[in-house]
Amino acid sequence: MNTADSGSRTGITPAGSGSHHESEHSPSTDLDAAGGSRQHRPGSRRGHRRQPLAPRLIWGAFGLLVTVAVWWIFTHAAGGANSMLAAFQPERLPAALGSLWERGVILQDASTSLWRLLCGLALAVVIGVPLGLLIGFSKPFKWASTPPVQFLRMVSPLSWAPVAVALFGVGHAPVIFLVAAAAVWPITMNTAAGVAALDPLHMRVARTLGATPWEQVRTVVLPSIRPYVMTGVRLALGIAWVVIVPAEMLGVSSGLGYEILNARDRLAYDEMLVVIIVIGLIGIAMDALAQWLLRDRRR
Amino acid sequence: MSTHTEPTRSGGTASAALRVTEVSKTYPGSSTPALDNVSMTLRAGELLAVLGPSGSGKSTLLRAIAGLESLDSGSVEAQPAHDRVAVVFQSPGLFPWLSVRENVALGGRYKRNRDRFDHDAVEDLLGVLGLAGLADVPVTELSGGQAQRVAVGRALAVRPDVVLLDEPFSALDPATREDLQVWLRNVARELNLTIFLVTHDVAEAVALGDRIGFFGGPQGFSREWVPARDGTTVEEIVAYYRNGGDVPGSWVI
Repeated sequence: MNTADSGSRTGITPAGSGSHHESEHSPSTDLDAAGGSRQHRPGSRRGHRRQPLAPRLIWGAFGLLVTVAVWWIFTHAAGGANSMLAAFQPERLPAALGSLWERGVILQDASTSLWRLLCGLALAVVIGVPLGLLIGFSKPFKWASTPPVQFLRMVSPLSWAPVAVALFGVGHAPVIFLVAAAAVWPITMNTAAGVAALDPLHMRVARTLGATPWEQVRTVVLPSIRPYVMTGVRLALGIAWVVIVPAEMLGVSSGLGYEILNARDRLAYDEMLVVIIVIGLIGIAMDALAQWLLRDRRR
Repeated sequence: MSTHTEPTRSGGTASAALRVTEVSKTYPGSSTPALDNVSMTLRAGELLAVLGPSGSGKSTLLRAIAGLESLDSGSVEAQPAHDRVAVVFQSPGLFPWLSVRENVALGGRYKRNRDRFDHDAVEDLLGVLGLAGLADVPVTELSGGQAQRVAVGRALAVRPDVVLLDEPFSALDPATREDLQVWLRNVARELNLTIFLVTHDVAEAVALGDRIGFFGGPQGFSREWVPARDGTTVEEIVAYYRNGGDVPGSWVI
């Protein structure tokens, strides 16, 4: 008779499956059917917001000041012995930036790099999301793909640079390939994790309401995995931005990575540092933008 | 009010809404069947409460009716003009990325329901269910009782002919459970619902059931009570449990 029991067999009683609602249920003393909404709201976001802004800004400014001071002291102390370090002195940067700006290279290189980044990321999403869905939904596929995926993940995408140049020649293509090769794994892995975290009850609810398999994907799977995919894209963006600079040092004659080598070859170390700073600033800006764009809009 | 205690609230003839005929199901790898030649009839407009020991297979029967289980043999037939069942599970399973209203209207997104789905009726339904004030609230902010009411609303919004409730209130605290039982009885009357309710709670079965079936084991029902006719008490049913019931499958309901 016990074998007939249903609950444990098919998981229709998803106790402990960790869905959000069940955790909402457990403290059941204040479950007043007629009552208003709950006082306590889980999630740290609100608490975060309540933290006063001023100390964060003040300390942030202080950290920046210390960094610039250390930089100034170091480049001045060591600058006498080393002409490259002397070129790194902070007060020389405005002139270098002006020179790069006047020649119109900095904007052009930045936009070239960003364009390649975007293409590479798009390619990584197009490949990574379906791949992650396959890994998440098909156990055989997951088992079969684990060895190659783990292997490829552990190989620095830059290792493929000579191959990329040989295959795609010079220009955008090899850089986009390398960016995609770096960005595809976090997206794939996070998508698969999102599928693994799917609440089976949600699927059952959709099925009993008559959802076709495609409707289940559209109304349950995609909204459920969305935050996971978004996290994957954000991680991928960071990795891709790190990878794109060395990727642009091979086989191309544009982009911020190329500009670093170009400045070095002209012994314009101050300009080189300006490019490096621009790379860092764009990275920070993109991450902030991505956080804002890809924020979890779940209510 | 007293007319509501009749076995069929609709007042019409007790036509069958659903007929289960000689249904059998054995899970792969199991030597004993989960359902063994089970038959039963659900009448239009009634609330059939199904009691029974844990593991007797009553939830399996519910899932078989819901179409969530493949059957080895037998059939589940909706009678003409009754072709749609909706299920409410023990956990509400609301979609946290949707509001209360959007959760209730979920069925309207699916092709199967489109011809029958009325988005304006969702507003009325929210009112009937006492959820009108919560329509735009994120479901993550609902209490357990509120969430389960939304889950019932989501099932009712597709205008099902039969509603299957699988221990819908068992995860709630006693006070909320009692509130929701009263609420369900009123909603069932107002909307003239046909309900198949699986429960462990004898008092719930007595309070809500037009009929109460005792699902003794995989072979099926061993007893039926009609509280309004027989004046069935909780004690009587508990005693029946204690005596181990009759032979499963010995009663046709």
